[in-house]
Amino acid sequence: MSVLKSNNINKYFHKPVEFHVLKDISLNIDFGEFVSIMGKSGCGKSTLLYILSTMDTDYTGDLYLSGEKVSGKKQRELAVLRSKHIGFVFQFHYLLPEFTVLDNVMLPARKLALKSDKEIKKDAYEKLDLLGIKDQALKKASMISGGQKQRVSIARALINDPDIIMGDEPTGNLDSKNSENVFNIFKDLSQEKNMSLLVVTHDKDFADKTDRIIEMEDGVIIS
Amino acid sequence: MRNLKIILSITRTHLLTRFKQTSVAALGVMFGISTFIIMMGFMTGLNGLLDGLVLNRTPHIHIFNEIEPSDTQPIDKSELFENNFNVIKSIKPKVSLEKIHDALPLIANLKKDKMVKGVTSQTSAMAFYVAGSIQFNGSIRGINPSEEAKLFNFGDYVVGSTTKELTKNKNGILLGAGVAKKMSLSIGDKVNIMASNGTSLPLKVVGLYQSGLSEVDNVQSYVNLSTAQKLLGKGRNYITDINVKLYDLNKSPTIAENIERNYNLSAVDIQTANAQFDTGSEIRNLITYAVSITLLIVAGFGIYNILNMLIYEKMNDIAILKAVGFTGADVKRIFISQALIIGLVGGIIGLLVGYLGSLAIDMTSFETEALPTIKTYPINYDPMFYIIAIVFAVISTFLAGYLPARKAENIDPVEIIRGQ
Repeated sequence: MSVLKSNNINKYFHKPVEFHVLKDISLNIDFGEFVSIMGKSGCGKSTLLYILSTMDTDYTGDLYLSGEKVSGKKQRELAVLRSKHIGFVFQFHYLLPEFTVLDNVMLPARKLALKSDKEIKKDAYEKLDLLGIKDQALKKASMISGGQKQRVSIARALINDPDIIMGDEPTGNLDSKNSENVFNIFKDLSQEKNMSLLVVTHDKDFADKTDRIIEMEDGVIIS
Repeated sequence: MRNLKIILSITRTHLLTRFKQTSVAALGVMFGISTFIIMMGFMTGLNGLLDGLVLNRTPHIHIFNEIEPSDTQPIDKSELFENNFNVIKSIKPKVSLEKIHDALPLIANLKKDKMVKGVTSQTSAMAFYVAGSIQFNGSIRGINPSEEAKLFNFGDYVVGSTTKELTKNKNGILLGAGVAKKMSLSIGDKVNIMASNGTSLPLKVVGLYQSGLSEVDNVQSYVNLSTAQKLLGKGRNYITDINVKLYDLNKSPTIAENIERNYNLSAVDIQTANAQFDTGSEIRNLITYAVSITLLIVAGFGIYNILNMLIYEKMNDIAILKAVGFTGADVKRIFISQALIIGLVGGIIGLLVGYLGSLAIDMTSFETEALPTIKTYPINYDPMFYIIAIVFAVISTFLAGYLPARKAENIDPVEIIRGQ
């Protein structure tokens, strides 16, 4: 069964000139699959990722998330779906710098409000433990190292037990040791928790180790 | 409910980590609000004082018997000259008494009226103050001291004594301050008053009357009603002026008109007599409001600026919040709640500072000849100002926060995240 499915997605940039970024993109990602998207800069891979993540709604075509059609839904509904089904990891860790690590991890779950604050806190400690940074929980997000920040953002992505984790160059800003770490965490998640992963990357070594590579060029999937 | 709790916890963190900026914004509101409170309190206090100067001692309706030529001359009543064009030259008023005819029944009638708060009667007489061989022109007014004090704040203008002294002492006089000075008389001394008919009465100075208007203080003195009647050699129904105080000042023109028609007397209402005072205080109030509201608007712009800057700084945070499931409306609420908290905190501190400032002004000494009973600057502590101030603080900060917050609501997270 597919966790993410797209049918003929087309997108145009209107500024500064009319530009057809994505041309008839159809893809399918199954539960537990670890997929990477590769391609040169400007081929539209990040654009595609943000459409698949439901954050960008300015496109034509159909998008299904865990079997549910999401294209055409309102922003408010999308925000809920997004926090339920999708976890994000960005190139720059994007934590709220003034909040503690724990608060950052808890935030998406508190917003979703499916569990009590107490349960969420327990979950957050579990996720931090999983990523080996439980001891940093009460530090401010701005006070920890880059590698740790990326692990915190992975913990945050996991807090609502999403079906799929999406990453936009999650290792792009890390040294090789930390990249290795992040890859191993992703691998474990996909194998042990049957979680799907969709990662946009430039890193050939990283991509080679994933289950499947989607290669893009000039707005089309070439393999 | 839980959503609100999360939003408020984010708001709190934002505000506390930017404590300096938050305090500056709150200070702006505080200054606006406290100045508003102080200005309104001070200005309306002063207005009240100035109005009181005139309005408190001015009867709402003043009834008297005006000596004037009759409107209808005998020739108009004659059928013989009915269709003629009559010209009468040099009309003179008819000889008549200065007193109000049937004053006592009229007073009794007025007192029965539900709209009337109180009625006082006075007898005025021209008189001379006799000091050795010199005589001063003067005016003596017979009053009922306790009623005058109750209805027209007469006590405010009595210096060195109280109105009770006059009530107690039938042969007492409240001498005009200017008269006392000219004759070098002080409380306890005797003064001879001579009426125009030659009757002379020795009276004891029990206090001084100081209105603040020197031309009044130089001639006017007050005695008991009965003393004035005795001076004129008349009975206790000899009353020249009736002053009426109503519950509702605005009804005075109609009631005055009724009295004129029914009793064939002159009745002047306060609004006709003192129209310019109303206009004056209205304009002063208008200026006060205009200045105060300008101050609050300036404070509002301060908040707008600070929140705008905050939002630019917080672009990343906004993008993250949106990416992890917060809606645009949530983000908007975060920033609006920040503005409201700044407004409320600044506003409440502003109320306190304004109140303390008013207290300080209230304690500042302010002595003037015109107002013998006033020792410090007058302040109006009307709670309405405090309510207006806090409501305005909240509304203006809401508006100042709303525009930047709406901008934050519409920020596209993809643009921010990809832009890096």
